[in-house]
Amino acid sequence: MSEIKEEIMIRAKGLRKTYGDFVAVDGIDFEVKKGESFGLLGPNGAGKSTTMRMISSTSLRSGGELEILGKDPNLFGPEIRAHLGVVPQQDNLDRELKVWENLMTYGRFFGLKGKWLKAKVDELLEFAQLEEKRNTKTDELSGGMKRRLTIARGLVNEPEIFMLDEPTTGLDPQARHILWDRLFRLKEVGVTLVITTHYMDEAEQLCDRLVVMDKGKIMAEGSPADLIKRYSSKEVLEVRFGSENNKSAAEQLKGVGDRLEVLPDRILVYSANGEKALEYITKLGLHPITSLVRRSSLEDVFLRLTGRTLVD
Amino acid sequence: MSAVQNNWTGAKTLVDPRVPIRWGAFYVAEFRIRNMLKWLSAIIAFGLGNPVLYLLSIGVGIGSMVKQQIDGVPYLTFLAPALLATAAIQGAMDEVTFPTIEGFVWTRVFYSMNNTAISSKQIVDGVMISAITRCFLQVLLYELILALFGAVPLGSIAVLTIASLLAGWGFAALMLSVTVFIKDDDGFFAIVGRFILTPMFMFSGTYFPLTALPIWLQWIGWISPVWHATDLGRALSYGHKIEPWLLVVHVVYLAVLGVIGMLTAYPQFKKRLAE
Repeated sequence: MSEIKEEIMIRAKGLRKTYGDFVAVDGIDFEVKKGESFGLLGPNGAGKSTTMRMISSTSLRSGGELEILGKDPNLFGPEIRAHLGVVPQQDNLDRELKVWENLMTYGRFFGLKGKWLKAKVDELLEFAQLEEKRNTKTDELSGGMKRRLTIARGLVNEPEIFMLDEPTTGLDPQARHILWDRLFRLKEVGVTLVITTHYMDEAEQLCDRLVVMDKGKIMAEGSPADLIKRYSSKEVLEVRFGSENNKSAAEQLKGVGDRLEVLPDRILVYSANGEKALEYITKLGLHPITSLVRRSSLEDVFLRLTGRTLVD
Repeated sequence: MSAVQNNWTGAKTLVDPRVPIRWGAFYVAEFRIRNMLKWLSAIIAFGLGNPVLYLLSIGVGIGSMVKQQIDGVPYLTFLAPALLATAAIQGAMDEVTFPTIEGFVWTRVFYSMNNTAISSKQIVDGVMISAITRCFLQVLLYELILALFGAVPLGSIAVLTIASLLAGWGFAALMLSVTVFIKDDDGFFAIVGRFILTPMFMFSGTYFPLTALPIWLQWIGWISPVWHATDLGRALSYGHKIEPWLLVVHVVYLAVLGVIGMLTAYPQFKKRLAE
């Protein structure tokens, strides 16, 4: 088979961002290929948003190399941004303008013609399920609607790379699933997605490949399944003995499963077979108040890598 | 399948970056003007009401008490260029300060503009273009009313308009370069309004010649763009006699304010957006 040269959309090497003495992003390397859905996973303050803003070619890097769509954002910011779609963490819609006007004016910033935009605005309103809110001022929209509008707005120029910073924070479960569905559809037309999130289920659902970030550094990189395989066991047994007894119970559990993780409220037993581990624990004469066997998730990967949970 | 997917062509062919790179400032101005239109009735009411109120109360009311001529002309004629300069400065200033706080703090809309092909410099230019457009219309309206009151010679309207726009631009640019530093709405404008703008409008020879003040208060006028614009306006309107060099000083002073303001605003906007 001949090797097909894949188009690299984003290339970062030793990328750094500092604010005075504070190092927000501490020399990270990664590449994103065309059509890929790439995730930055990490807790608040890990440097995800800062990285996003450097990729979106607005925030200037303090060091290292960065290439977006083959160009250096320090030199070709507007050229690059003309082909990007950005959904910032904080909605920044215009309050005075109506829903459709927000889409229209945003499209104008790319130099798109009014007549073409008129049709595009209709498409986007349908995509975001906001047709009925067309003439509403954005102030009167619910949080979820604002989020959907911000996302639709980012698509007005049909971007090559679509970047979403914490796209579903503050959305209810149903709204999150609708959004995920929309993002899958974009992937189908070949849009490259870059997503930050601190929800591991979102990362597992959406990302082909992701990096786990903590304190400005990349801790691990791979597909969700790959990371789980590498850093966790197949299953996890969660047992609770009550906050008083967790510690002493943990002493007795030593040696059960591949690994133990003692959290303030529960003990995680990493094992290929959770049920078997639970049987064994019961045989030891220990009786957890509650027990739960589940599959390993990215949360476990993060815990393993950093010793902390994702959502504190 | 939704229409968005079916009709997808992609930015590569859809968006030519050279278009926004060339015209971006006008897109920003277009956005600002669309925003202003939401306040159209308030802007018109203010633009019409303000001159009428001032002309009736101070021009006609107080003017009737002032029997002697001032500077060789009736009080109303003396007052008119000052009111015009003040209105131009105020109008232009409003359209740069509030949008700038809004853009960086309230709605953060400058950040969303900067996520598109629009550059920080184009945001500065666009805000200024829209402010000058508003200023221009306001000045025209003001001049129309002044003309109806017979307060300004018709032949001088063209030059007065240019002088007013220069003053509006100069002061607005200065305010732009200051407003960019506001981190949140912390009452900065209340302070600027009370301690800088109000004295500036009171002590700039608006209602009486600057020379009527004791010398230790006259300096406020000398550094005030309102006085430079007012004195310039009087010279252009009814032929108020000033030294030719002073005429040059007025024009240069206002122009320098504008240039310094813009040159300060550009890097500050860039810095704040790139943080």
